[in-house]
Amino acid sequence: MPLLFLFYTVNSFIIMINNISVFLDIPQYSFYFMLFILSLLVVATAIQVILGLKKPNLELRQRITSWWWIIGLLFLVFSIGTNTAIIFFGFISFLALKEFLSIVHIRQSDRSAIFWAYLAIPLQYYWVTIGWYGLFIIFIPVYLFLFLPLRMVLKGDTDGFIKSAGILQWAVMLNVFAISHIAFLLILPEKNAMAGNIGLVLFLLFMTQFNDVSQYVWGKTLGRHKILPKVSPNKTWEGFIGGLITITLAAGFIAPYLTPMTMQQGFVAGLLISASGFIGDVVISSVKRDLQIKDCGNLLPGHGGILDRIDSLIYTSPLFFHYIYYLYY
Amino acid sequence: MNRIIKILFVLLVVRPVVLILLGLNVQNRNKLPLNGPAIIAANHNSHLDTMVVFSLYPLLKVHKLRPVAAADYFLSNPLLAWFSTNVIGIIPLSRSGRRKPQELFAECHEAIDNGDILILFPEGTRGKPEEGSTLKRGIFHLLKERPATPIIPLVTHGLGRALPKGEALLVPFNCDIVIGDTLVDVESSTELLAELTDSYAKLLNDCLTYNTTDEI
Repeated sequence: MPLLFLFYTVNSFIIMINNISVFLDIPQYSFYFMLFILSLLVVATAIQVILGLKKPNLELRQRITSWWWIIGLLFLVFSIGTNTAIIFFGFISFLALKEFLSIVHIRQSDRSAIFWAYLAIPLQYYWVTIGWYGLFIIFIPVYLFLFLPLRMVLKGDTDGFIKSAGILQWAVMLNVFAISHIAFLLILPEKNAMAGNIGLVLFLLFMTQFNDVSQYVWGKTLGRHKILPKVSPNKTWEGFIGGLITITLAAGFIAPYLTPMTMQQGFVAGLLISASGFIGDVVISSVKRDLQIKDCGNLLPGHGGILDRIDSLIYTSPLFFHYIYYLYY
Repeated sequence: MNRIIKILFVLLVVRPVVLILLGLNVQNRNKLPLNGPAIIAANHNSHLDTMVVFSLYPLLKVHKLRPVAAADYFLSNPLLAWFSTNVIGIIPLSRSGRRKPQELFAECHEAIDNGDILILFPEGTRGKPEEGSTLKRGIFHLLKERPATPIIPLVTHGLGRALPKGEALLVPFNCDIVIGDTLVDVESSTELLAELTDSYAKLLNDCLTYNTTDEI
């Protein structure tokens, strides 16, 4: 009798969840995965509250609160629609580019070129909304690349020209071109109806961020041998390899549900995301070390700036995109 | 009425511009005086300085904020004058003409007695972007009459890049706001200037957008 009761409760719960997923127009598996992420967040919050009773840890608390905001906003735009989500990623590019250009050294005379670099963001994301792959993939590396130095030449300030031109190109490639690949995942033809294209984005975002977490946890528990002592003294081989194994396995098991990939292809995707996420992290770390700052901003309390959060994504997004594009499109 | 206009201006113009188009890295927000009387002594790089300070305050407190600004500039034409006095709520300070300090600062004293928070730019006119000019002595004269008023140093950095003097094009950049410790027991104008200069230099070093290459 109690078993039957349990069965009915579980059954009606599943029906309710499915109804919500239909109502929000989010494919079933993606919706399940979003619930899974939310429950991870609930668990993390509970652990933080319990640990906080003994020894309050402000940074951890802020970090988790910021996670609620990030994930809450992300899920909100996912449930509104594809174009909203594309605009959202465009806005992330804007925030990241602004943050990057604010911490590096640029000249007053670069302002007009920078203004054009900002204008490239709506254009780049517009190509995404209309699905114009050809222009999306060359607009920044070819046209903007050639145009920005021209705009600087018209200003006529040649002192420090090379450095400024280099910084500006790199800033746009990292923060606009690379990040816009997340948005393009959303408009690829759908190959897994149960997950939709949101599944691809969820897979990429989750694996990238979970990689950061697991590298940190493995490093904390087993870390001995420093991997890049001059750049990130806290990063260890144990953390890197631990993360690599964790993400490879997780990606392999989750891939068939959230993406068109098979389990084997998922393993490779996990390997790719884990290794490249690490590189993105240490590249931005080097930028900060060069500028002698700890964080790029303080937009996200507990994390730092937006760049401190998306550093790994800068590397994982284009690489994961081209991997899946090569396999299925 | 003016209070409502000011609140709307902060809510609909200042906050969107400062928080979305610009973006702030605020440090030591807890040191900001939420209640007057107080004097915020800020370094001055751009017209945006005042707007940035406005954006830090709760809407119900913004009417307490009174920027002290040059009369010859802000009252130069009727439209700007109306906007400056009624929306921004500036205290005009005449820079030209030899007037007695008591007369010159009468309105400032009135505001302090009223429990307002004065925003002062001791460096005077907006200098070259990101270059502090010699601190003027005016602030000390102002203080001589009301010695108990706390002075809070506040440093902004990056605004000179977003909107430098003489430029109409606003280019988005993150800006740093660092609030310093309240200055107490200042005995002479030289001491005050020294303490402020000292404090600015320290606070600037905490800025994320500060580069060792942009020398002050």
